[in-house]
Amino acid sequence: MVMQPASTELAARTAAVISELKDLEGPLIPILHGLQEEFGYVPQETLPIIADALNLSRAEVHGVVTFYHDFRKEPAGRHVLKLCQAEACQSMGSDAIAAQVKQKLGIGFHETSKDGAVTLEPVYCLGLCACAPSAMLDGEVIGRLDADKIDEIAEEVRS
Amino acid sequence: MGLVHEIDFGTPVSKSEKQVTLTVDGFTVTVPEGTSVMRASMEAGIEVPKLCATDMVDAFGSCRLCLVEIEGRAGTPASCTTPVTPGMVVHTQTSRLKDIRKGVMELYISDHPLDCLTCAANGDCELQDMAGAVGLRDVRYGYDGDNHVFAKRNGGENFNWMAKDESNPYFTYDPAKCIVCSRCVRACEEVQGTFALTIEGRGFGSRVSAGMQEAFIDSECVSCGACVQACPTATLQEKSVIQIGQPEHSVVTTCAYCGVGCSFKAEMRGEELVRMVPWKDGKANRGHSCVKGRFAYGYATHRERILNPMIREKITDPWREVSWEEAISHTVKEFRRIQYQYGRGAIGGITSSRCTNEETYLVQKIIRQGFRNNNVDTCARVCHSPTGYGLGQTYGTSAGTQDFDSVEHTDVALIIGANPAAAHPVFASRLKKRLRAGAKLIVIDPRRTEMVKSPHIEAAHHLALKPGTNVAVVTAMAHVIVTEGLFNEAFIRERCDWSEFQDYIEFVADPRHAPEEVEKISGVPAETIRGAARLYATGGNAAIYYGLGVTEHSQGSTTVIGIANLAMMTGNIGRRGVGVNPLRGQNNVQGSCDMGSFPHELPGYRHISGDAVRDIYDSLWGVKLDEEPGLRIPNMLDAAVDGTFKGIYIQGEDILQSDPDTSHVSAGLAAMECVVVQDLFLNETANYAHVFLPGSTFLEKDGTFTNAERRINRVRKVMTPKNGYADWEVTQMLAQEMGLNWNYQHPSEIMDEIAKTTPSFAFVSYDRLEKLGSVQWPCNEKAPEGTPIMHIGGFVRGKGKFIRTEYVATDEKTGPRFPLLLTTGRILSQYNVGAQTRRTENVAWHPEDLLEIHPHDAENRGLRDGDWVRLQSRAGQTTLRAQITDRVSPGVVYTTFHHPDTQANVITTDFSDWATNCPEYKVTAVQVAPSNGPTDWQKDYNDQARQSRRITGRMEAAE
Repeated sequence: MVMQPASTELAARTAAVISELKDLEGPLIPILHGLQEEFGYVPQETLPIIADALNLSRAEVHGVVTFYHDFRKEPAGRHVLKLCQAEACQSMGSDAIAAQVKQKLGIGFHETSKDGAVTLEPVYCLGLCACAPSAMLDGEVIGRLDADKIDEIAEEVRS
Repeated sequence: MGLVHEIDFGTPVSKSEKQVTLTVDGFTVTVPEGTSVMRASMEAGIEVPKLCATDMVDAFGSCRLCLVEIEGRAGTPASCTTPVTPGMVVHTQTSRLKDIRKGVMELYISDHPLDCLTCAANGDCELQDMAGAVGLRDVRYGYDGDNHVFAKRNGGENFNWMAKDESNPYFTYDPAKCIVCSRCVRACEEVQGTFALTIEGRGFGSRVSAGMQEAFIDSECVSCGACVQACPTATLQEKSVIQIGQPEHSVVTTCAYCGVGCSFKAEMRGEELVRMVPWKDGKANRGHSCVKGRFAYGYATHRERILNPMIREKITDPWREVSWEEAISHTVKEFRRIQYQYGRGAIGGITSSRCTNEETYLVQKIIRQGFRNNNVDTCARVCHSPTGYGLGQTYGTSAGTQDFDSVEHTDVALIIGANPAAAHPVFASRLKKRLRAGAKLIVIDPRRTEMVKSPHIEAAHHLALKPGTNVAVVTAMAHVIVTEGLFNEAFIRERCDWSEFQDYIEFVADPRHAPEEVEKISGVPAETIRGAARLYATGGNAAIYYGLGVTEHSQGSTTVIGIANLAMMTGNIGRRGVGVNPLRGQNNVQGSCDMGSFPHELPGYRHISGDAVRDIYDSLWGVKLDEEPGLRIPNMLDAAVDGTFKGIYIQGEDILQSDPDTSHVSAGLAAMECVVVQDLFLNETANYAHVFLPGSTFLEKDGTFTNAERRINRVRKVMTPKNGYADWEVTQMLAQEMGLNWNYQHPSEIMDEIAKTTPSFAFVSYDRLEKLGSVQWPCNEKAPEGTPIMHIGGFVRGKGKFIRTEYVATDEKTGPRFPLLLTTGRILSQYNVGAQTRRTENVAWHPEDLLEIHPHDAENRGLRDGDWVRLQSRAGQTTLRAQITDRVSPGVVYTTFHHPDTQANVITTDFSDWATNCPEYKVTAVQVAPSNGPTDWQKDYNDQARQSRRITGRMEAAE
């Protein structure tokens, strides 16, 4: 990949986040969370800045960022819908649910709709197996998904 | 012969002194506490299957192949991560384990291509070996599902597949073959200390990534090759192996680049070198290497290498290829004519720090015995001669006090004027490992080097001093130690001369040496100097490592003395983990000094004026040696310009490019009537030569190199000299033509003569080297197995000597015309004048010399990154491209001297060390201005070089 140096503005905002969290014990994960909060995602160009500040290599920071699915490489849509695809939900028909959702929203997993309204992601267990199949919309869990609920969700994210 | 197979014990050795006895598969084995079950088994000769374990890195426990059963314990623990306990009963092969291993192996192979027959690692693949070891016969899973093996899947693109990365010139990364054992990542972290690799993603998506999924060449990778060596499959594979195939025999030899002196296995296919693999038993490198030693050997077969002797009457003539007989007889006739015409002292010679001890010994011998004068010098004149003088005066020997292993016991490392990460990379890796384990670091350097700050390493104090103020800063540290009472009185009273120390106290306690005063001269904040001095004096075992940033100054010898004083006053000498260690630049610069290459010294640093010493050689060589010291290199050149010095024999050195004030060197050479250059290539000096004798590479001869820790390592011939003769044979032919009675059949006979005549080498012989692997001088009846650490219990000279270190500013001063200070150095991928590394793929990293300049100074001059700039000093000018960086301070600029197109030494002046004439490369007042391109001088020089490299009947030799 080709590396783009960070713009001055991005670098300044990144430095501010880093300096606030740098003195924590094990500051890398808190900094990544901080950046995701600041930018809505963790811009690739910030990784060398983090590496330099924490005296790590770029590789190490990259390894940590890519390990966690929740650190985004690009901004998400205004809404984020996570569909559980783990074993319990699968046994309760989550595959079919996922197919319906994808069709309804016109996007696949890890994609954001063209209008920027919604990002669809798989998730592996929300701890809501008793109410499978389950999902999470903007941090709120939803149980016992069915066609009606999917319509409701679709409407909400489009509004 | 055959390949040298090294046992892989799976996990590193435990250094515990407590022993533990256990039983493995019915065999009793005793190992140090902390040893893994895997290693203990291997010690008993039982190999537990493994993939992610190798003894260069710590246990990881990820491959699940090395599981064992231990009586009294539930489950199947991994043998690599399980330490031994007394009385433990281990079973490495049970039916349960066999089933587990077969299952694990089947899963590995299910995501691995089955192209073993055409795979580059065929014959050297641990995955293949383990499949065999566990008896895998069938893989039940096909490739229809997710895999990393094929570019296409079900007719579409396979997004898990990644293309091969061939960006590194020496090795390839093929993710399709990767089993994600993390050995490469761990080798990069633990062995090399660069942290350029990681595992990205998780689970099935886990992949090895260089940097942030970058191409290897663009990543932080320094191409040391530790990952390639660690890889159990063909994922990371030398391109040479891909091209040639597996080697069939190997020979242990010594690297010919820097003064670390790494031991390698040269892995051969017939006379073709397939690859160099660092040898784990090598005591300097312990199985590690850098990009130069492991990969940059292509120069040995480069098309520009000259293989036939050549002569010419005038340096404006084209070269004429002649027979060896003609070249030798012509040379001797010319030398004899010159001596007859201009006097016995009108010729001389320069020994090579790149050649073996034996070859160096012969060159100084032919000069003393055949030329009958002492006009011999060596390139150490321009690098570490102040070390010889300073340590000789204070301690009584002119060499480093420690072995490299000593660094493992160091608590505080003080690096002065050296950047081991670039110039002594394997030592840097060993030091970094120690720093990551908690040792502290102080760096005194004008530049923010990689040692000051790089992943997981940060100096506690960086004294970014103004070039040329070393003495002031080192003396200020002594001031702090003395005035704050941090010196070790007991040590000084016992080992040093107390009254001399009293004198030194009186000198150093003067307020003019206080950090607050020195801050004004050096630009280093007083508190930083105080902090550094306190840490050095009180931080435990403190060791000093220094380089040419100390010696190549007008007060180089004084700084060395100041360093020696610091170590003595704090008692940091004479045991493990401490000491004073010059990082010698070239593979055998220590050896060339030891071998009597200086005009005033016979082998073993014995002054030529000593009658007893001369008697030894007079009787053996049958001549009466001249008791007056001969000419140093600068004196030879001066005498040449004056018309009294007319002929020179230069073996393996490029003084035109490496020595200061290029115009003066070229004037000197041009004034001579017979310049004989013995080298691999038509180097820059050869432009002024009348005779060219082709040299041989370190791969083509037997001999020994002595590294920076005084270790005498064997160099072994792995191929026939392409030029016909090893260098020692060429010198011998010259001697025989001169009528000298030389008849060495093998370099071992030369070493026997050295041992017979030099007390510190008395017990050195090829037999002993064969037996011990290597040996550190002094090696004699007092120390039959050599001396890893010197000055134990007392100094070689008797009492350690404190000498005053008055700071005298250099005459090279900045002013309105030349407001900046230029300092010079090296870069990792290139070596010295670059004659070798420029003829390898290493140019991928450093195609040209760059001028580092601070953004502030660049802005003042309207310079942008990459602009051509003119660099001008009182001595001369050149042009090169600017690199804007805050690694240098404002007022300081920095460049390397690897490329003849730049000729950085056109700029450097002829100021030199007061004691030894070592040139002041590290301080030159300069001005930097925008430029359009090369200077007239550079153009003229290039024309002249092209003209002078013509060979009759050949196409123009391209540089």
